[in-house]
Amino acid sequence: MKISNKKISMLTHIASQIRKDIIEMIWNAGSGHPGGSLSIADIIAALYFDILNIDSTNPTKKNRDRLVLSKGHACPAVYSALSLKGFFERDKLKTLRNIGSILQGHPDMNKTPGIDMTTGSLGQGLSAAVGMALGLRLENIDSYVFCIIGCGEMQEGQIWEAAMAAAHYKLDKLIAIVDYNRLQIDGRMDEVMEVEPVVMKWLSFGWYVIEINGHDFNQIIAAINFLKLINKKPKVLIANTIKGKSVSFMENVAMWHGTPLSFDQKERAIEEISKYETQCKKPAI
Amino acid sequence: MKHNVKNPLSNREIYGITLCELGEENKDIVVLDADLSKSTNTYRFKEKFPERFFNMGIAEANMISVAAGLATVGKIPFASTFSVFASTRALEQLRTSIAYPRLNVKIVATNAGIEIGGDGATHQAIEDIAIIRSIPNIIIISPSDPVSTEKLIRAISEYNGPVYVRLGRWPNPYIYNLNEKFEIGKAKIIKEGSDLTIISTGNMVNKCVQASEILNSKGISSTVIDMLTIKPLDCDIVLEYAKKTKHIITVEDHSIIGGLGGAVSEFLSTTYPIKIKVIGIKDTFGTSGRNPEDLFNYFHINTEDIVKEAELFLKFN
Repeated sequence: MKISNKKISMLTHIASQIRKDIIEMIWNAGSGHPGGSLSIADIIAALYFDILNIDSTNPTKKNRDRLVLSKGHACPAVYSALSLKGFFERDKLKTLRNIGSILQGHPDMNKTPGIDMTTGSLGQGLSAAVGMALGLRLENIDSYVFCIIGCGEMQEGQIWEAAMAAAHYKLDKLIAIVDYNRLQIDGRMDEVMEVEPVVMKWLSFGWYVIEINGHDFNQIIAAINFLKLINKKPKVLIANTIKGKSVSFMENVAMWHGTPLSFDQKERAIEEISKYETQCKKPAI
Repeated sequence: MKHNVKNPLSNREIYGITLCELGEENKDIVVLDADLSKSTNTYRFKEKFPERFFNMGIAEANMISVAAGLATVGKIPFASTFSVFASTRALEQLRTSIAYPRLNVKIVATNAGIEIGGDGATHQAIEDIAIIRSIPNIIIISPSDPVSTEKLIRAISEYNGPVYVRLGRWPNPYIYNLNEKFEIGKAKIIKEGSDLTIISTGNMVNKCVQASEILNSKGISSTVIDMLTIKPLDCDIVLEYAKKTKHIITVEDHSIIGGLGGAVSEFLSTTYPIKIKVIGIKDTFGTSGRNPEDLFNYFHINTEDIVKEAELFLKFN
C-alpha cells in the first residue's frame, strides 16, 4: 500500500527535527555519537510516529510495542523522538550526558521514560529483545519487539547467539533492524572486520530478510508492515543507510562516529539539515 | 524424598526440586539453562513446566541477556549454568544487562569451587565470589546445606532484584533443622565459643564445625558463623564476634583474594581492625582430582588444615 504524501511530509519534518536535536544535544554535551544517530533518524521517525504502539501517558503499559536500541550510542535520536512524543519535556534534551540527567550517555530504562531496555554494551540488546518476545508470548500479549542493531555490532558473537535463539523459538513478533551504514569507529567495516554477506548470514540463521533504503519512508513502512505478516520466523530489515546522513561534512566519514562538534560545525550542520528537509519535500518529477 | 538427613541430596538437586515447587506457586517463574540442565538440575522444572523452560544451548552470554529481557516483561527468570561460566563468560551481560538496570533475574550457578573434581582447572570457579562481589546491586547467596538451599531459593524468589547463588556439586551434610528460618543478608551462628571466630560459607561450613569440635578437645573454644549471604555481608554479626573473640578466621572453597575473606577484611579494617586469617585457595588455578576430599587436602582447606591454622593463629596473635 502506498503511504500518503501527507504522512511522508510529516515524517520528513520529524526526522529533520530529530536530526537538529541530535546535533544540538551532542554539541551541548560536548561528547556523543552524531554519525550513527543521524543514520537512524528516518527509521526512528517512522517507528515512533507511525509504527510503534506506545503511549506517552502510560510509558510502561503492558501491551505496548517494545524498542531495544542495541546500538545504544545512537540514543540521542531516540531521546529526541521520545521528547517529541511527550514522554518528557523538550528542555531535558539539553541535559544529555550531564550529572543527574535522565538522559544518560547510553540508554537507561530506569532513568528515561519510554526506554524499554538498558543498552550500550554492543551485542546484548538483541538477546534482551529475544527475552522480551519470549516473555510476551508466554503472557499472550500481541506486541511487537523491535531491535535496532548497528552494522559494526554484527561483529559481536552474541548477536549470532541471539539470532540462533530467535529462530529456534520462532519469535515472529521480533523485528530486528540493521542500521547498515558500513562504517565503525576505526574505519570502513570491510577494512576493520568484514561481515558480508550480511543477507546470507541472517537467512542462514533462519530469519526472514528484507533489504531496503533506510532513508526512504515508503520503503521503511512498507517493509515493516509486510514483515508483520510473516509467521513462525524472526524478521530482519537490512536498512542501507549513510552515516552522518544530511550533514555533508559528516556523511560517510568514520571520524564522526564519536566526535563532538565545534560551534561553527553545529551551525553549519543545522543549516544543512534544513536544506535537506526542503529537498526531500520537493515533489518528485 | 527431598530431605533425607542420613543420605542428603546435593544442594543443586535441592535447587531443582525447590524450583518445581515454586513453579507451581508462581506462574511468573521461568527457567533458562545453557545445555547443563541435567547437571544444574533445572531439567526437573523442564519436565514439569516445559512451556516455561528455555534451553538456550551452549551460549551463556545470550542466556543471561535473554533472562534480562524476560524480566523486563514481568517474568522471574532463574538462569543456571556452572559458576565458572556465569561469573566469567557471561560476566558483562550479568553486569550491564542485569545488575545495572537491577532486573529481577536469579542466576543460580552450580559446580562452584575446587570441589568439583575430575574436570579440573577450566571448570573450577574459585574467583566467582570476588568477581560478582565487585558489581553493584547484586546479592550473593551461598547456602551450606539442603535446608538453607531450599529456604534461601524460596527467599530470593520473593525478593525483587538480581541475585547470584553459588552452589557446589557434591552433597553437604545437614546443618539445620527442617524448620529453621533464613533471611537474605543474615548469617547464622552455629556454635558459640570465646577464643576464636571461624566464619565460613558453602561446603566449608560443615568442615569448620568439625574443626571447631577438634579445637574444643584441645582446649580452644570457638564460634562458627555460616555466612549464607556474602553480599550484603552481615556486618553486625562480624563486628559483634570480632569484639567478643578478638580472633577471626575465614574459610572458603574460593580464592583467598576477594572472596569471603576479602569481604570480612574490608569491613573490619575500617571498623574494628584486628588480624584476620584467610583460608582458601592460594592464588593458584585448580587441578583435577578424583574426589573433593583429595582436592581439599591438596589445597589445604580440609578440617585438619583449619585446625592447624587456627592453633598457629592463636599462638602468634
